[in-house]
Amino acid sequence: MVLLKQLPDLVEELEPSPDGTDIDREFIKFILNEFDDQALEEALVTKESSGAEVIVVALDEPEVDQVLYTALAKGADRAVKLTGVPAGTWVPTHLRAAILAPFVRELAPDLVLTGVQSAEDLDGQLASLLGGYLDLPHAAVVVGLEVKDSIARVVQELGSGRSVEEQITLPAVLGIQAASQAPRYAPISKIRQAMQAGGLEELEAPAPVDSADIAIAQVRIRRLYAPEKSTHAEMLTGDPGEVATRIAEILRSKGLVKA
Amino acid sequence: MPVGGRKQPPVVVEKPEATAVSTISGRSWELPGMWNRMFEPRVLSDYTATGFARIAGLPGGESLEWCYGCGKCVPVCPVDLVGEYGPRKIHRKVQTGMDLFSSDDLWLCTSCANCLRVCPKEVDMTKVMPAVREAAIGDGMVPAELQDVFEKTFRNGNCLGENPRRRNAWTRAAGVPVRVLPTDPGAVDVLFYVEDYWSYHPRGQQAAQCFARILAALDVDFAILGPEEKTLGDSQRVAGEKGLFEALMEDVAATLDKYEFKRIVTPDPHGFNALKKVYPKYGHNYEVSHYTQFLAPLVDKIPFRSEVRHRVTFHDPCYLGRHNGEYDAPRTILDAIPGIELVEMGRCRENGYCCGGGGGGMWLDGFTANHTSERLSERRVREAAETGADVLAVCCPYEVSRFEDAAKSTGNDQLRVMDIVELVDMAMGGTGAV
Ligand code: SF4
Ligand code: SF4
Repeated sequence: MVLLKQLPDLVEELEPSPDGTDIDREFIKFILNEFDDQALEEALVTKESSGAEVIVVALDEPEVDQVLYTALAKGADRAVKLTGVPAGTWVPTHLRAAILAPFVRELAPDLVLTGVQSAEDLDGQLASLLGGYLDLPHAAVVVGLEVKDSIARVVQELGSGRSVEEQITLPAVLGIQAASQAPRYAPISKIRQAMQAGGLEELEAPAPVDSADIAIAQVRIRRLYAPEKSTHAEMLTGDPGEVATRIAEILRSKGLVKA
Repeated sequence: MPVGGRKQPPVVVEKPEATAVSTISGRSWELPGMWNRMFEPRVLSDYTATGFARIAGLPGGESLEWCYGCGKCVPVCPVDLVGEYGPRKIHRKVQTGMDLFSSDDLWLCTSCANCLRVCPKEVDMTKVMPAVREAAIGDGMVPAELQDVFEKTFRNGNCLGENPRRRNAWTRAAGVPVRVLPTDPGAVDVLFYVEDYWSYHPRGQQAAQCFARILAALDVDFAILGPEEKTLGDSQRVAGEKGLFEALMEDVAATLDKYEFKRIVTPDPHGFNALKKVYPKYGHNYEVSHYTQFLAPLVDKIPFRSEVRHRVTFHDPCYLGRHNGEYDAPRTILDAIPGIELVEMGRCRENGYCCGGGGGGMWLDGFTANHTSERLSERRVREAAETGADVLAVCCPYEVSRFEDAAKSTGNDQLRVMDIVELVDMAMGGTGAV
């Protein structure tokens, strides 16, 4: 099962909405979280190597139909859109996990994949929260996956160039950082065929898990501010030797390099 | 004509000389190498036709195997000038076992149609390549740069991935009112189909503003589709995404059905080509002209105010010239602008060189760079500079940015790249005159 999430497309500058409690959603376009695209690719690769069934699941978010049909065109077997969630507003990750958890539990997939993080969940909490709600093992920053019987061999990136390989007994929840190949292309003719075939399942979202976390999830946003613009670009000119010396000085003065 | 590019030197295989001795008379002959060659397997019989079977089976792919190797197409192929290319070379490679579907060669053709012009066998790469590309894309093989553009076009209706709602943002600085049909419906004479680069690219927007001022000065009743306009998608079609082209066409035709207009005028030769030649095949017929064709008969009415003292050379867009036979309209306008001296490049009109942007080339810059010694646009800019011109005039929205970059990278900063409408607008007095 792959969990997909729509995010505002950053070709457009985001602005606070008139009441200041959300971004202005009126003029922005939405786009699939790039890490979720990696998760989908990894799921399809896994399907090809070990014959799984791939189900993609998304909340009813703007422009999500096209994303789900694209997933079907790429080779997913089922696409589910969960309706009845608060539309047109921000769904905090805690709430998202609480909505998805009962649904995941009901379908009981062998493996749940999602993007390691997203622009609004930079800490990558979704996979671990879901793991927590479902009482399943979870791993984040996954860059390698191999499934055999009910064991997943997982490579996790630890930072500073280090990674660890481990075995996880399925079912499990994984936050995917990178698939083993670049996300494939679905020819538009195939996406349109999928749209015409209309295989999208619309299901009522289950009631969110009742838990103390939900209270935390109901964060109330008092005010959003546009980031202040800083203009600190300094152009270095002169011959390459001088420029190199300047760069070295700057790096040293900021404490970025020693000696 | 200058020859360049990353050429492979010809492989010359010297055969050893031999002595043949008659078994009857005992006489012996010295045989030069070329004689020996005759007793060896001939290269010509060294292949089977199997490589062509799948290509010829695709609608549009039939003509590649008609090639009889005369070689006329190679010296006119713009890609061969900076690399190793041309229909004959592709034909030979397929003959000797290359799988075109998975080969990088598949993505280098710009569909400029110069080979078709000279080919006695009418081998048509502008049909072969889209057909094979479509099949390759269906098998999941597409260069990443192009994949990104296809996805953006499908999502946003323009190749730049820009927000459709900002499609008419350029009108604000036009200096003249521009009617936007969705907010101001009703019959109109000219539908100005702005297309992607004039809608979003900063240099394109300037040209769009010039064109709006010219239309206003000529009292033309015109309007645009604004946020409802989507790209006509011709280059996506030639790049192999027929499904995307058809999806766009359905949307465009439905939008056009909603409004009442007499004719369409567009600055984009690719979009023009789609409306003129491809849409009718699907039953969508419009009266359409390229903006140069629209303006050329009206040049006497343009209120020129000052001279534009420039030595100008003009680059023929492949999709206006070779694909649609229009060479005179742009020159008529340039000739009418007071003060301009027009000088032609060696390669012009029917033999015009390609800027490299056609057939998806616009979106394959990095990919193509790995196979050529320089960009086609760079080669072209150097030709333009050789004429001594100080302005390179263009009339295709792809070209301003391509050639401006090329003028910088080849050290020809003295060469200004300007759309014809910018020159007209300058002679009319620009924003100051409205
Ligand atoms: S001009 Fe035509 S027939 Fe001659 S080599 Fe080229 S493709 Fe073949
Ligand atoms: S269409 Fe143009 S780029 Fe393509 S093979 Fe022919 S001459 Fe070369």
